Amino acid sequence: MDNQIVFDQASFAPLEKKEKDLGTVYHYSLWKSIGKEIRSNPMAVFACAFLAVIIVACLLAPFSPYDPNKLDLASKFAPPSLQHPFGCDEFGRDYFTRALYGGRVSLTVGFAAMLVTVFIGTTIGIFSGYIGGKLDMLLMRFTDIFLALPSMLLMVVLNTFLKPSMTTLIAVLSLFSWASVARITRAETMSLKERDYVHASKNLGANSFVIAVKHILPNILGPVIVAASLGVASAILSESSLSFLGLGISIPNASWGSMLQGAQAHILDKPILAVYPGLLILLTVLSFNILGDVLRSALEPKIVK
Amino acid sequence: MSNRPVDLEVKNLCKYYNAGRKRVLKAVDDVSFVIYKGETLGIVGESGCGKTTCGKTCIGMLEKTGGTVTYQGKDVHSLSKQERFDFSGKVQMIFQDPYASLDPHQKVYDIVAEGIRIHKLAKDKAQEERMVLELLDMVGLNAEHAMRNVHEFSGGQRQRIGIARALAVEPEFLFCDEPISALDVSIQAQIINLLMKLQKQRELTMLFIAHDLSMVKHISDRIAVMYLGNLVELANSADLYKNPLHPYTGALLSAVPIADPKASRQRQKVMLTGDVPSPVNPPAGCRFSGRCSRCMDVCSQKKPELKEVEPGHFVACHLY
Repeated sequence: MDNQIVFDQASFAPLEKKEKDLGTVYHYSLWKSIGKEIRSNPMAVFACAFLAVIIVACLLAPFSPYDPNKLDLASKFAPPSLQHPFGCDEFGRDYFTRALYGGRVSLTVGFAAMLVTVFIGTTIGIFSGYIGGKLDMLLMRFTDIFLALPSMLLMVVLNTFLKPSMTTLIAVLSLFSWASVARITRAETMSLKERDYVHASKNLGANSFVIAVKHILPNILGPVIVAASLGVASAILSESSLSFLGLGISIPNASWGSMLQGAQAHILDKPILAVYPGLLILLTVLSFNILGDVLRSALEPKIVK
Repeated sequence: MSNRPVDLEVKNLCKYYNAGRKRVLKAVDDVSFVIYKGETLGIVGESGCGKTTCGKTCIGMLEKTGGTVTYQGKDVHSLSKQERFDFSGKVQMIFQDPYASLDPHQKVYDIVAEGIRIHKLAKDKAQEERMVLELLDMVGLNAEHAMRNVHEFSGGQRQRIGIARALAVEPEFLFCDEPISALDVSIQAQIINLLMKLQKQRELTMLFIAHDLSMVKHISDRIAVMYLGNLVELANSADLYKNPLHPYTGALLSAVPIADPKASRQRQKVMLTGDVPSPVNPPAGCRFSGRCSRCMDVCSQKKPELKEVEPGHFVACHLY
């Protein structure tokens, strides 16, 4: 049994170099892969461009020469023209300006509700998944309750009792959407906490908080971003529904939902008034959904590639 | 060897898993050994025999089912929070898979600096930087590698990053869980040489697990052979290779390929028949009894104890 292996550092140098040339196939960068995926999909490019235009336009709304809530009966039901690109509504308010201000409301509510949703959802999800045991059981049953509730109905009921404002709207919308985010993050956390690098960190003496923030959070960012982008879409849709039912933003302020409600009275003689806000809601929600789907295939390569 | 102080003492260690339907999987069953300060103990055995589970239980990563593990006089499994923290600064681990053991979202610098930050070993940012660069230099990586992402590195380089991370807290005990089995042969030699060099420099005590018998022989002072959750033989590495007492060790060693075809042909090969029995339902008595060519009646009735047959050479077999 005399098979002495000769270890010679120098003889391995060329091999080491070769290994370097080969590089590795484990390239993975969050933002790069998102960018690549979006560029490779024309639908996603369109969705992003549309969202960028809408967001910029809504931000620039105060530069409009018209006051969105000022009545001007002289131009009642004015048809689309150079002065009024979308025409005017029944009170002579510039419909384009109102659409922009409405977009501000819808997008703000959408984004804010998404942020609150993601914050609550990820916190509960990581907590539940990482600690596990009885706490996990309790938190997940609690989550199940929220998933099982007929959310639209309860939102209507809650909004009827609460003072209508943007904050209430955001709070109510987030209250009924964090549960699914919590489910996703919990599942991811449970798989991540058994990874070697988490064990290594624990072995180095890191406490649970450090592990959750430094190792688990960055690694579940992918699915969270996907959930967030779909969350914006559903929040905008819910906001519009509530405003349409008169339970969202209070009159005379505009939101896409309340504009639809206003247009309802004139649906037969002036259908164009319903088309603008309807189209805006449709395209915005669609864009966020497309974006979410594209992000999903970019960030969850486990399934696709 | 035996006049050296004992660093880690394992007594009757058991680790069972619940295999469902009231069955118990005995991954590690009644294993006892000691590791002296500054020595390297190698554990060999085929896949699934409980090497890694044994090691992980020894350093407290897994809860034990029975027995005791004491490190420098303290029971590893009943440490207080503060003791556990101190323990983490003394006992470190190198993982098997260099792809799974590094956080893909961290830079090399942060990975290596993690232990330094947790144990507050650096007084300021500048010192931390110096320490990290020193560690990277020690494992043969440059300063320019520090700010790169993990995915830019090859397996061997990643493993060296893992070693740097483990060494960052200046441990006294290193558990190497098959650190070379995921690497190709040329890189294996580098990692082994690196570990041996570091051990000499820092007087590390090591528990080294591997498949590759020639590597284990090269690095270990003493070698323990495991079979199906049991320790079957424990001896000086030269002793074990020259004079394997347990039939399983003999079979294991005769499976090591020899580069010389002539010698290979002349060598007497011990061929084992049958498969490794399931650890859920191991044979009664000696666990190797079903496959052993020198099996006696007593083997399937009584479990052999680990006893010292020659000075420093322990074996668990009824033949001796």
